[in-house]
Amino acid sequence: MNRLVEPLLALAATALLVLAAWAVPWLKFVLTIALAKGLAVLGILLLLRAGQVSFGHSMFMALGAYTVAFLAPQVPEALLLLPLAVLFSAVAGLLIGLFVVRYRDIFFSMLNLALCMVFYSVLEKFYAITKGTDGIRVTPITIAGQEPGRETQEWLIFGLALVLAVGSGLLVRAYLASPMGRALAGIKTRETRLEFIGVPARRVLLFAYVLSAVMGGCGGALLAMTTRHVTPLLSYWTASGELVFILILGGAGSALGPFLGAAAYELVRVYAAALVADAWQMILGGVLLAVILFAPQGLWGIVAGRLRGRA
Amino acid sequence: MAGWFSENGLLLGLALLDGLSYAALVFMVAVGLNLVFGVLRIVNVAHGSLFAIGAYTAASLGLFLSARGLPPAAGYAVLLLAAVLVGGVLGPVIERGVLRRVYGQEDVLQLLVTFALFMILEDVQKLIWGVQPLFHDAPMKFLGTVDVPFGEDVIPFTAYQIFVVPGVAVATLAGLAWFLRRTLTGRVIVAVTTDKEAATAMGIDAAKVTLLTFTFGAALAALGGALASPTTSLVPGVGAQTIVLSFAVVAIAGLGQIEGAALSALMIGMGRSIAVYFEPELEVVVPYLIMVAVLLVRPQGLFGVVETRRV
Amino acid sequence: MKGKDMGAPLLAARGLRLAFGGVKAADGIDLDVMPGEFLAIIGPNGAGKTTFINMATGYLRPQAGSIAYDGHSILGLAPRAIVRRGIARSFQLPQLFTEHTVLENAALAIAARTGLWSPLARLLRPGIRAEAMALLDRFGLGPLAGVRADALNEGARKLADIAMAVALQPRLLLMDEPTSGVATAEKMTVVETLVRVLRQAGVTAVFVEHDMEVVARFADRVAVWSQGRILALGPPEQVLADPVVRREVIGIEAGSGHA
Repeated sequence: MNRLVEPLLALAATALLVLAAWAVPWLKFVLTIALAKGLAVLGILLLLRAGQVSFGHSMFMALGAYTVAFLAPQVPEALLLLPLAVLFSAVAGLLIGLFVVRYRDIFFSMLNLALCMVFYSVLEKFYAITKGTDGIRVTPITIAGQEPGRETQEWLIFGLALVLAVGSGLLVRAYLASPMGRALAGIKTRETRLEFIGVPARRVLLFAYVLSAVMGGCGGALLAMTTRHVTPLLSYWTASGELVFILILGGAGSALGPFLGAAAYELVRVYAAALVADAWQMILGGVLLAVILFAPQGLWGIVAGRLRGRA
Repeated sequence: MAGWFSENGLLLGLALLDGLSYAALVFMVAVGLNLVFGVLRIVNVAHGSLFAIGAYTAASLGLFLSARGLPPAAGYAVLLLAAVLVGGVLGPVIERGVLRRVYGQEDVLQLLVTFALFMILEDVQKLIWGVQPLFHDAPMKFLGTVDVPFGEDVIPFTAYQIFVVPGVAVATLAGLAWFLRRTLTGRVIVAVTTDKEAATAMGIDAAKVTLLTFTFGAALAALGGALASPTTSLVPGVGAQTIVLSFAVVAIAGLGQIEGAALSALMIGMGRSIAVYFEPELEVVVPYLIMVAVLLVRPQGLFGVVETRRV
Repeated sequence: MKGKDMGAPLLAARGLRLAFGGVKAADGIDLDVMPGEFLAIIGPNGAGKTTFINMATGYLRPQAGSIAYDGHSILGLAPRAIVRRGIARSFQLPQLFTEHTVLENAALAIAARTGLWSPLARLLRPGIRAEAMALLDRFGLGPLAGVRADALNEGARKLADIAMAVALQPRLLLMDEPTSGVATAEKMTVVETLVRVLRQAGVTAVFVEHDMEVVARFADRVAVWSQGRILALGPPEQVLADPVVRREVIGIEAGSGHA
């Protein structure tokens, strides 16, 4: 496929998102959340390229979100809070990464899950600091100096999420085509050979892990700024499963997949919850099952197939 | 130390007794998970839901039948019946209807298929039994309590939790060890676990073995749930909790380890209930900390075998 | 270019021992590989030939003995560190990145040598692409550059595997059965190409080989492996004529019909 196709599609999707947010105001909120989650899912995509499934990446989302919630009173500015969330998640990603990159496959998945549950219970149990299951309300913040005003603020966060999503998408694309990105994909098929051509496989995976943690933290920070409320459930293992779900739904074949998946996921969720309040999870599960059985390449796979068919 | 013991000895005794029964329940779930993984090479995220549905079914069935004059002593048969029912129906439905379609696909798809099942089963459970706690403790009350000597004290504890629950677990362990080592079907299951291709080449019907193993594993999880049902009131979310604990047990023991799973279930069960009695803040976190600590020292789990690749 | 009067050995193994359970894969291996020579290793399956390569490249650690490369011990070094010092290897079962194209496999080895840590530069940038294409052309793999490695036939897979090792520009190349899987008709052409490439680059080569014609034509020296020991070592015309070697090694070889 032409190398320009994906950037062009991304441009079209961006325009479509802005249009949708402008035409249907309540969609702005939903789409911002989708972009935030898409960012975290993009990080998981990196690890999947190495054949590793993190079933615990919601911990980095939660970390980013709680960073915003904790620091908003002292640093009430989004453009400062975001770098702080990035910093904390990078450090956490490095420390956790040093440990988990030694493991592969099921052990990798389960260790990430375990650490994500550790973080969940820390958030839940240390009530004095975290307010436990009640969670923390995010105090009002400015964005680029703009005082909180409902409509402008919403647009600004939406724009911020959009910029970060496009930027990370381009970054990930370049990274995956780089020697390091291709070596990362080599971990999936022939890790031993990597060592025999002189590539430190664990360090290659660690780099990707830190990157994915940063994207998770970034997504979490945006999520907190949008929903204005953080709870430990952000780090429960099912939230991690949800992120992997979005990746498969959207398709892991392109940096566009995670965002495609996140938008579809959030929309299905909103409509399913409105339609059948008690069984939205069942509907999502059914959608996931259908995707895996009938379109294992995800939504992006369908789009790419159409494009190939036309070319 | 002696002073601490005279003050806290009773508490410790309670914690250990509680831990024993808890470990037995976790073992029932984990051993099935492990068995299923061995043959199908799929980590079944929905395995915890089978525990939950087994528990709900047992409680409902027990309430229904005792209201119609079933003698309390027959309550134990009801527990078994519930397990056979849940395993016998849901096992084949899930394996034949869903899992069979993803054999040979990428690991992440196989994992996600079971996550989809988990989401669906969670809502099915809520639709059938609602969100109100369900409680049927007749099978536990029937046996009354026994006085357990502990140092100079005696601890009154329910006989059900001391004899029945661990008894069933020990019987399961012994029966399973005998079954896998001494019977033809058991040997066949072990053969498929060790080398599916070779086993198939030798004329073993892998599809039949898979169905059998999955159904059996599902029944074990349901039996665990049925056994747990008299000891606690059932609420939504119990499946999600159970599955992550069983992951920890399996990871600590090492994949494919039956006896190892018993030992690591004991570690997790005891660790957790000691936390419950002495540092309740740590209740959720202890199993994962044990798991992380074990994997730091033994990356393949306590009893796992290191796989060396031939080059 | 006979080894004996070349001065200091490039690789010097002394008293290597390694047993798996009761099987002695290396039972006191002493071997000097001299700079510039082509040393063939022959012997029946299970004699410990691959084990020797695995020990020399850091994949297996001997239980006793020493290995020095260029005068320095490489014992206990990771495969990666040994590669950096100039020892590369190819594999009996080709170890390719199966979801990458042949070109990318070669390019990745080149990038591993020239600089990996540039997260925003493309792997297939002009410089690397040109070098990779040139390398593949020398192995006759040029037309297959765009094919995914898992779609290759056994012979091409083997060549791509060796090309990756050559891409590292090693001083010493250890090849585990480079011609197994290559169709008999092409075998001599393939080996001739390979030898030309290696001689041009001045690479010292150790190769495990079952085809005695290949050994006789291309090896400077032959080492005969049997049950973890070196049974005989010397020029091919001398070693291959040795009645003990003929009976115990080559005889078994002919009978076993190695695949």
